[in-house]
Amino acid sequence: MTTKAQAVIDWVDERFPLTSSIKGHLTEYYAPKNFNFWYFFGSLALLVLVIQIVTGIFLVMHYKPDASLNAAGVPVAFASVEYIMRDVPGGWLIRYMHSTGASAFFIVVYLHMFRGLLYGSYRKPRELIWIFGTLIFLALMAEAFMGYLLPWGQMSFWGAQVIVNLFSAIPVIGPDLSVVIRGDFVVSDATLNRFFSFHVIAVPLILIGLVAAHIVALHEVGSNNPDGVEIKKKKGADGHPLDGIPFHPYYTVKDIVGVVGFLIVFSFIVFFAPEGGGYFLEFNNFIPADPLKTPPHIAPVWYFTPFYSILRAVTYPLFGIDAKFWGVVAMGAAVVIIAFLPWLDRSPVKSIRYKGGLFKAILAVFIVAFFILGYLGVLPPTPGRTLVSQICSVIYFGFFLLMPWYSKMDKCKPEPDRVTG
Amino acid sequence: MSVDQKVDAGRRQLLLVTSAAGGVAAAAAAVPFVASLTPSERAKAAGAPVEVDISKLAPGQMMTVEWRGKPVWIINRTKEMLDSLKKTEGEVSDPASDKPMQPEYAKNETRSIKPEILVAVGICTHLGCSPSDKFKTGAESGVAADWPGGFLCPCHGSTFDMAGRVYKSKPAPDNLEIPPHKYVADTKIVIGEDGKA
Repeated sequence: MTTKAQAVIDWVDERFPLTSSIKGHLTEYYAPKNFNFWYFFGSLALLVLVIQIVTGIFLVMHYKPDASLNAAGVPVAFASVEYIMRDVPGGWLIRYMHSTGASAFFIVVYLHMFRGLLYGSYRKPRELIWIFGTLIFLALMAEAFMGYLLPWGQMSFWGAQVIVNLFSAIPVIGPDLSVVIRGDFVVSDATLNRFFSFHVIAVPLILIGLVAAHIVALHEVGSNNPDGVEIKKKKGADGHPLDGIPFHPYYTVKDIVGVVGFLIVFSFIVFFAPEGGGYFLEFNNFIPADPLKTPPHIAPVWYFTPFYSILRAVTYPLFGIDAKFWGVVAMGAAVVIIAFLPWLDRSPVKSIRYKGGLFKAILAVFIVAFFILGYLGVLPPTPGRTLVSQICSVIYFGFFLLMPWYSKMDKCKPEPDRVTG
Repeated sequence: MSVDQKVDAGRRQLLLVTSAAGGVAAAAAAVPFVASLTPSERAKAAGAPVEVDISKLAPGQMMTVEWRGKPVWIINRTKEMLDSLKKTEGEVSDPASDKPMQPEYAKNETRSIKPEILVAVGICTHLGCSPSDKFKTGAESGVAADWPGGFLCPCHGSTFDMAGRVYKSKPAPDNLEIPPHKYVADTKIVIGEDGKA
């Protein structure tokens, strides 16, 4: 480097930890050398976050959060989305990137979470990373839910109506709480505007803060790996882990391969199937919101459906409180229980590579149950489907609540001393 | 730094008092922000009663009007529909309308002022979807082979009979709400105002 450029960097370094941050988080952050396919999804989640923020900034320039009817009798918010799609140069592309990005976000985050489940990435000392991750998942759900109201279509309106009414199921304070959330007695212009505010300002700020905490905590303790053994235990003469390689350039290059692969799939969807067959953008949402008429079949977007199925599965009142309240409790618990994984797993090993058949079988059943719940969540309820969703909900909770026992009973193989490559 | 580790009680007390005062001020500052989340005066005022002419509502027909942003159904029930209420009595969770989901003058077998005219808020008591009318009976309705006619909520499958009474073991906890309403003429209803029963 020229001495002049070095002088500028030195000047900055005396005032801001530039070089030391780059070293600590990139060039001298030692990550295990045996990362595989599953380790793409963390950096991809970050990429999607950037896509959502950038496209979001440009969408806000044209979108109008206004539920009143325009001269043509169409809600202004709905019309402004149509305007972005038809009249704003490039608007259709930015909007489809944003709507596809929402689904892509959940795909990479679900895969990222599954990776953690496979390799025990939540185990000590990474409990806090996992908790921050669960909070990110929660914030993401809030972000997606509130964003979905903004186009002010039929699904926007009735989805918000259903979810906000969930809060009214809470005894005593529920009805008043749901009025405060809506800012009105029904989902209305007041609701649309506050959801807009939360979607573009409040929740993104929280999300970025949580992502920062997630990464800082990760870099404090170091990454887990597919073998689930700590690379920090075996250090070379230079003090660096023997099985570690600097994040930059090794994993930046690897992650770029992941980014290219992801962008190929992402672009294909954006350009050729932005509606995702009615799963990414539901067909009923191309009809303006009508407070007097619920669409004959109402379903949440695919990423909420497993939890929505758990909500619907509870049909029995308990302790003199309505089934509705317990459905809400079950749905909330289904998300929150994920945060407790670090203390539920008592297995002597972290990674699935050294876990026994019992854990593998139970994990397989859990994943199947999760997919069935997701599938049932897009279908209208029937007595038979309700029964299946009840069985799958029991499996879902059983996976977590019985883990302290079956993870101990499982016949594990011994972990290796070093990563296996 | 002083080697003396003794706490200066006077300063400690000053710290506590100023912190407490600051906390109270911060809590007080939150009041307008929380208040701004509650319905505005305009939203509260938008609850005027609605007058509806039902002279053209033939037996078996249903109409929907908007009141306070919600759909309100008016159904002119046929004799068969009213007869079905006897059959469903044992299958609904609150047959005598004991829960306060209706004004006192609608707490009867048909949940209405005039037996044939049902006025109900078309919002499911589960999570606020608007149920669909399934007036056809039997398998033709697509609900069940022995369906006596009523309403099906598309969101979570709650079913209601022809008086808006919810069936047992369904997600919805309560019967459909009957709004305050009164007849100003034989075929004119005002929704949103109580009348003499």
